[in-house]
Amino acid sequence: MIRIDAVCHGIGGQPILRDVSLEIGKGGIVALVGPNGAGKSTLLSLIARLQPLQTGRITVDGHVIGQVRDDVLARTLAILPQHLDVASRLSVRDLVGFGRYPYHKGRPTPQDLVRVDAALAAFELDDLAARALDTLSGGQRQRAFVAMAYAQDTDYLLLDEPLNNLDIAASRGLMHRLRDLARQDGRTVVIVLHDINYAAAYADRIVALKSGRVVADGAPGAVVTDAFLRTVFDTDATVAHVQGRPMVCV
Amino acid sequence: MRLRLVGLSAVLGLCMLGYLVIGARGDWGFVLAFRGQKLLALLLVGVAIAWSTLIFQTLTGNRILTPAIMGFDALYMLGLGLLIWVLGVPAYLAIPPQVMMLGNVALLCLGALGLFGLVLRANGRDLMRLLLTGVVLSVLIRSLTGFLMRVIDPNEYAVLQGAAFARFSNVDPDLLTIAGGITAICGIAIWRMRHRLDVIGLGPDLALSLGEPGPRSRRAVLLLVSLLVAVSTALVGPVTFLGLLVTNLTYLLFPTHRHAVLLPATGLVAGIVLIGGQGLLEHVMGLTTPLSVVIEAVGGLSFLVLLLRMLR
Repeated sequence: MIRIDAVCHGIGGQPILRDVSLEIGKGGIVALVGPNGAGKSTLLSLIARLQPLQTGRITVDGHVIGQVRDDVLARTLAILPQHLDVASRLSVRDLVGFGRYPYHKGRPTPQDLVRVDAALAAFELDDLAARALDTLSGGQRQRAFVAMAYAQDTDYLLLDEPLNNLDIAASRGLMHRLRDLARQDGRTVVIVLHDINYAAAYADRIVALKSGRVVADGAPGAVVTDAFLRTVFDTDATVAHVQGRPMVCV
Repeated sequence: MRLRLVGLSAVLGLCMLGYLVIGARGDWGFVLAFRGQKLLALLLVGVAIAWSTLIFQTLTGNRILTPAIMGFDALYMLGLGLLIWVLGVPAYLAIPPQVMMLGNVALLCLGALGLFGLVLRANGRDLMRLLLTGVVLSVLIRSLTGFLMRVIDPNEYAVLQGAAFARFSNVDPDLLTIAGGITAICGIAIWRMRHRLDVIGLGPDLALSLGEPGPRSRRAVLLLVSLLVAVSTALVGPVTFLGLLVTNLTYLLFPTHRHAVLLPATGLVAGIVLIGGQGLLEHVMGLTTPLSVVIEAVGGLSFLVLLLRMLR
């Protein structure tokens, strides 16, 4: 369980998060939504100790962020940050192979190689495995990064806008894969999404942030309404219901 | 990859052999001992510069910045200048060179960790800003050293100037043992870090996500870099572009991210450039041009080429 307790965060005097408290239980997909600058990425990077916590307390499966050893947490929680530039010399297989680093520390066992192959297969990267990252399209590269986080084999997977640069087929493929992970393996996926429709279609729970505060939290069917769009996103788009799911008419 | 490493080792072996025997006259025992000492110094300097540059580039995630361009060696000269200024030449010359070197190494480590640690933390993600800050910082340090050279008296100036120019031909043999020791310790530490360095090369966020503690690794790498730079600067004086030349040649020859390959490869390339070049100049061409001039010229040009390619 990820437990976030009274977390406040400011950057350069500007408050980014104001007193956020949240509990994220094991298993399922939790979508973080909200307008630009709401603090979604900051919250994610605080959970993953990419930024030092200013006030408040976060624990992941009882590990206190800021106190737990980095390599211990790396076997519990993986994060895929939003902006990634990585040396182009890497091949896809090399990159995905890094996902096993927390376990083998540079000396992969046969079992690690099996896991890497499984990750490549799961994200349909077999054909691209030998290609260098800089020869891939943005979407293919994004998939390679998600596959790396997947290979890390952690109970918690934090993804910051993984659908950027992906076309509709790739986006759906990725979300399907994540849903399988959550349902079958019981993993917890916390994902920042911009497209409410993807959040509504695939997430088990939607948490909306605005100006650094949690303003809505619940199942997609209950959260996504006309009023929600108006108050959180300041837009007059309407919500229709298709196949029992809320859908934003854009 | 393995084949290329073996090939490079063979070339280095040839260079070393050539350096030892070409044009040798008179008592072999003396020639070999005399040249062997220089050879050892060149090897030490080569490895120190190559490895410090390689791990620094891995840490900063770029292939253009080197510790020398950031002003690490200028910091060393500044420390030296301050010592001469404060103590005066007689006291300075009275200090045994080993003690002097150790003191200077310690000074450089402190300065580098403070100054460059700060710069890296502030600009770690923005390469252009890092580059600019580094270059400005190195100009600042060099200017301070220049200022110091102007306020000290001419005798002190001559001593400092003697240390301020790269010279590969006369290495202080007193420093060899100590330099060798420091280089060996750093070398072992870096080799043990090779897998961690692969991960650090992924950038701060991904490395942390994979469990590689950010600030701690950064401090460790910076400490090793300053130790190695101090060793090479103490032995032969500042060489700005050798590291850049050597690492980029290595990246061309070995298109891999793995430090288990890159580390031996840069060491070999540096050895070939230094020993081959020095042998050529010293024994074949009769030492008309100092090697450092050639290296700075070629290295400076490749720096410009790299910079232009990056901006495009």
